[in-house]
Amino acid sequence: MDAMAAIRKTFFEECEEQLAELESGLMAMNEGTADRETVNAVFRAVHSIKGGAGAFKLTDLVAFAHTFETTLDYIRSDRLVATPDAMHVMLRAADVLADLVRLSRTGEPISASIWKQLAQDLEVLNPIEGASNAPSNAALAISVASSDDYQLNGGNEDFAPAMIDIGDFEMSDGIPDPVQNVFNISFRATPALYEKANEPAFLFREFRRLGTAEINCRIDELPDFTSHINFGSHLHWDIHLTTEHPIADVRDVFDFVDGDCELDIVDVTPVSPADDEVVVTSDIDTRDEPVTKAETPSGATDALSEAPAVMAGVALATGLPVGLQDHKDKHESAREVAGGTTGAPSSSTIRVELERVDRLINLVGELVINQAMLAQRMIGAGFPSSSPVMLGVDELEQLTREIQESVMAIRAQPVKPLFQRMSRIVREVSDATGKTVRLKVDGEATEIDKTVIERLADPLTHMIRNAVDHGIESAEKRATAGKPVEGTVRLSAAHRSGRVVIEISDDGAGLNRQRILEKAKSKGLVPPDAILTESEIDNLLFLPGFSTAETISNISGRGVGMDVVRRSIQALGGRISISSTPGKGSVFSMSLPLTLAILDGMIVSAAEQTLVVPLTSIVETFKPPRETVHSLGPNASVVKIRDTFVPIVDVGHRLGFTTTPRIDRESVAILIETECGNRHALLVDGIQDQRQVVIKSLETNYGAIEGIAAATILGDGRVALILDVEAAVCATGSKLGHSVSANPSAGALLQ
Amino acid sequence: MNLSSQNAYDIANSAARQPAQIEVVAFRVGEQEFCIDIMSVREIRGWTQATSLPHVPDYVRGVINLRGTVLPVIDLAVRFGGASCKGSARDVIIVTQIGSQVVGLLVDGVSDILTIGRNAIQQTPNVASELAEIFVKGLIALDGRMISLIDLEDVLPKAMLEPSTAKPA
Repeated sequence: MDAMAAIRKTFFEECEEQLAELESGLMAMNEGTADRETVNAVFRAVHSIKGGAGAFKLTDLVAFAHTFETTLDYIRSDRLVATPDAMHVMLRAADVLADLVRLSRTGEPISASIWKQLAQDLEVLNPIEGASNAPSNAALAISVASSDDYQLNGGNEDFAPAMIDIGDFEMSDGIPDPVQNVFNISFRATPALYEKANEPAFLFREFRRLGTAEINCRIDELPDFTSHINFGSHLHWDIHLTTEHPIADVRDVFDFVDGDCELDIVDVTPVSPADDEVVVTSDIDTRDEPVTKAETPSGATDALSEAPAVMAGVALATGLPVGLQDHKDKHESAREVAGGTTGAPSSSTIRVELERVDRLINLVGELVINQAMLAQRMIGAGFPSSSPVMLGVDELEQLTREIQESVMAIRAQPVKPLFQRMSRIVREVSDATGKTVRLKVDGEATEIDKTVIERLADPLTHMIRNAVDHGIESAEKRATAGKPVEGTVRLSAAHRSGRVVIEISDDGAGLNRQRILEKAKSKGLVPPDAILTESEIDNLLFLPGFSTAETISNISGRGVGMDVVRRSIQALGGRISISSTPGKGSVFSMSLPLTLAILDGMIVSAAEQTLVVPLTSIVETFKPPRETVHSLGPNASVVKIRDTFVPIVDVGHRLGFTTTPRIDRESVAILIETECGNRHALLVDGIQDQRQVVIKSLETNYGAIEGIAAATILGDGRVALILDVEAAVCATGSKLGHSVSANPSAGALLQ
Repeated sequence: MNLSSQNAYDIANSAARQPAQIEVVAFRVGEQEFCIDIMSVREIRGWTQATSLPHVPDYVRGVINLRGTVLPVIDLAVRFGGASCKGSARDVIIVTQIGSQVVGLLVDGVSDILTIGRNAIQQTPNVASELAEIFVKGLIALDGRMISLIDLEDVLPKAMLEPSTAKPA
């Protein structure tokens, strides 16, 4: 059962890929940038999902995929024109297909209502001939019935015989000999043949010498793999041989195995000498079964020696899971597609457990630390920097950096699947709001860490919803404003100086600053008399308690405000900003780190401890002049920065390393900004360095510690703690900041 | 064949659960000698300066770098209610596996590895000592020495077993 579960897992993983392929293909068709191969790829994707689903008896999925596939087949064969309306139906069909896959994966019950309607819509698209030939119920009945045949242990009809053409190179010999004999050979090995250590593949290799052979391995008598262990000989072969040699020479090939096999050689030489056409399948295949052809120019005989290898060959060539087949015409069209210009998607990728990659990343992290330690000790030992030893250490450093980057790249994934999900959101929301919105996507190939991508899905969904629901105006308003009726939401990703910048822009009305300010004032988020700059007003959106929607629609405004978006982006070590032009639209811009395993930090010392402050929360550093520091109560003090009073947090005292907070002349202040937008000045003894550190969990072996986010290991081999800025300052009472500073939201506004 | 070796394994395993003898690592903390089951000891290493942790009990000396793992170090002398180890080069950290956690125990020195019969372990007599009550599972008399067998589960601070709720990710 475990093996089956593993196959099932792989199937769903492949489904995800197929769905992505489907989606991107349909998008291309929608934009009119599709060529024939794109249409083929779309068809192949649906077909593969259907094939696999059949094996797992996912009846609904099979039925819907079948309907979808039928429509796609019409488009592929130019019997149906992909009008915008048709494309709309098909994009929705892709969504439903994705839903069905998801439901099947989790094993949730599927109600037919979610796909029946769309299946009908699809059938309406089909040209009349198709509709009359296959009315909906009949089509479904066929597919459901055939799905029963797909099961792996379903008996003889499961496996397509594999035919392997090993004679291709003979063809290049030029002039075909006029005296060509053609033989149909049926060869069945008995167990005794194998017991005498004979190998059919070696026999077949002899055919190379004789002429051109087409060898068709019949595996339809293979027993059920899952039920019991079976010893015996279950393979037999049909060989179609074209040779100059007489029949006696052909019999000689089987001389050694005489008596241990069933051999039947029939001379079928045509009366008129045949031309060099070799691929003759139907006259052998008397049972009229579908034939899958795997063309392997050389080494085919080796592949023949093992049935699984043959089956793998079949699966590769058709893009179908092993042992699955469809009714004949569909199958052949898939084969024909697979054999198309670009062939089957034989990508050179491997699936690797994420754990293994993470382990590798951890080890490389150790390597980097170790290398740094080594270099430091070398310097400590007094090696001059020009000495061969130090040059070697330098080279080692470069190598380790390269290894680290390459390993990180394994976890990196293109944002394309994420962006594709967004196009669905745009479709759904624009349908629900009655707006026409087009999503334009740039930089899909940009790669970010897998975890970052995963955790980006929710905030991105929310922002896309917002952009369509609130950003883009209604068609009438757009027409009045002289804009094209169709709104555009642009989603782009790009690498910029070691970070990934993702932008969501719309060409809507822009933010209504007047309304935002009024609302913020009415909610008490800013003082009634506050005068804010435009950018400050825009950034009010990110304040907790500020809901963007005036009326809560069922699309956005589900209680997830922009503050949540901002918090999730910051949790990823990223930053988000907004800019807006009235009448032209708004741009949300997110800057994200490439990976979560490494953090950009400032190495500081406080109370004789070395600490790391994440760079993302640091606004600036400064040496506070004595006269700007004011005491406030017995144990609190504030510092005045540009007319704003900011509470001071002595890091050493806050973490309990010193008993009393103190400020002396050497103290350095780090101005930090918390997620809720409040600013604090962290007081430390000195700043040592600014660098990337590898994040190590404290919780694995100890537990969570208040004020500490994680640990890292520095170049000297010592553990340094990474400050949890949020927790470290919040305990000091962020209310202080509100009551003292003239402009409480200033923190959130300066980006 | 598979089945028989599986049986053999099971038999060996169940025997290991209640062996007649146990192997222990004996070490000194202050003037006293203690020991722990050798199965929970991963390695023994010299003292390196630890990085202090904020807001922790005084017997948590801090964390050290054990080949890339952040290893908390517990000062057993303080844990047992005595004065702290000085943290000199002669001190030793016993790296132990407690549950899923790897924890270092700071001791004055490892003295022995002993094989002790189960019946040689005596019940802890009733004395008015917190140390005896909480940590000592039994006493072993050996050549005029007295060695206390320690239960590691009780050595960890409660905070380590139930991570505090103060911190979000």
